[in-house]
Amino acid sequence: MRIIETKEIIEVVAATVVEANIKAPDDVLETFNKAYAEESSPAGKEILGQLLENVKLAGETGLPLCQDTGLAVFFVELGTECKVQGDLYAAINEGVRQGYEKGFLRKSCCHPLTRKNTGDNTPAIIHLDLVPGDKLKFKFMAKGGGSENMSRATMLTPAQGWEGIKKFVVNRVAEAGPNPCPPTIVGVGIGGTFDHAPILAKKALFRPLNQKNSDPEIAAMEDELFAAINKLGIGPMGMGGNTTTLGVKIEMAPCHIASLPLAVNIQCHSARVKEVII
Amino acid sequence: MSQTVKLTTPLKDEDILKLKTGDKVLLSGKIYTARDAAHKRLLADLEAGKDSPFELKGSVIYYVGPSPAPPGRPIGSAGPTTSYRMDTYAPTLHSMGVKASIGKGKRGDAVKDALKEHKGVYFGATGGAGALLSQRIVSARVLAYEDLGPEAIRELEVKDFPLLVVNDSFGGELYAKLNV
Ligand code: SF4
Repeated sequence: MRIIETKEIIEVVAATVVEANIKAPDDVLETFNKAYAEESSPAGKEILGQLLENVKLAGETGLPLCQDTGLAVFFVELGTECKVQGDLYAAINEGVRQGYEKGFLRKSCCHPLTRKNTGDNTPAIIHLDLVPGDKLKFKFMAKGGGSENMSRATMLTPAQGWEGIKKFVVNRVAEAGPNPCPPTIVGVGIGGTFDHAPILAKKALFRPLNQKNSDPEIAAMEDELFAAINKLGIGPMGMGGNTTTLGVKIEMAPCHIASLPLAVNIQCHSARVKEVII
Repeated sequence: MSQTVKLTTPLKDEDILKLKTGDKVLLSGKIYTARDAAHKRLLADLEAGKDSPFELKGSVIYYVGPSPAPPGRPIGSAGPTTSYRMDTYAPTLHSMGVKASIGKGKRGDAVKDALKEHKGVYFGATGGAGALLSQRIVSARVLAYEDLGPEAIRELEVKDFPLLVVNDSFGGELYAKLNV
């Protein structure tokens, strides 16, 4: 049994939240460059140029890519052959607290009704999975509010099937328009239960942009949605053009015979995710 | 044809009237930050007869909640937040002399009507380009509602702040017509 000290977790989490907010992931940068080369609308191309410049400036100045440094979302995979010495949840929250303070990141977490800021960007949203092995893996996402607000979940009827799913997802992106800072990444969760579909949709957003679903049938659905969304013509920041989404990621799970749960989690171009393994 | 216009705050009617949807603007001068909580409090204060913390007439409000300023910088990352959440407050503020707002995303009909009625514009800045836009902010200081943290009202001095006219004072709208 491997023992992991909470001190180590705090350090790793603090460093991760800072780095994720300042440095765009390689796959995102690569896709920005490709989109810039292929964008047909001049206004849209100019926006993509600004986004590339923004990535460069954030790297040089150490400023976060976006002022909305997000709510701290974690998908944690804990190996069954390792044991955390102490409170894992408290350690993650302490790491968030320290990282957001030291990294000059904005604290965006507040009481839902009084709107009083919690002051340290905690509590983090933590999903925990037990997996085989002796490793502890953190998948961190700094999730911005503008794009999160444009996300939706629904319960379709089984009869609506794939056509119903397509219609809902494409309409959602169309209605969101310029609001979620397109080009976006669209996470789609299909199946499970009412609560599980949005988790699948969010999980999907962690998959690198250049990686399709390993199931070829689902990968084909991702391609179909990708084409339909980019045909909408919203373009970068709604300025028109062929780059509305950088990628569509679907995760699927079995569901009840009566149900077809569906969730769309919209991610903005500032897709700040980072994975670390202890 | 769209043009590039240099403007300095406070804005006057003639500044607004020369702007059309799609124009690029480089804005200089003082602008004021306010987002959800600040708007709510500001409107309540004005209704209660209190003075505005800044001169509303000719003013430009930037919907932003910047990240904290690291040592040696006036401000942290400072890109626009989504504007529709401020739609409830914008028409009243325009009726009181505010000339423009800066944000990202679509506005509702009541805001567009207020722009026509009171000669105002809605500017879009590039969402998420917070590090880039931060470079055009020369100074920043908290004016009011300090307890709101990132949502406090700040006075920013900007130099050639890059904007696009999304909604002009003639009913024009920039966003792409969708293929649906
Ligand atoms: S939607 Fe994303 S890029 Fe846009 S302001 Fe929010 S966090 Fe930043």
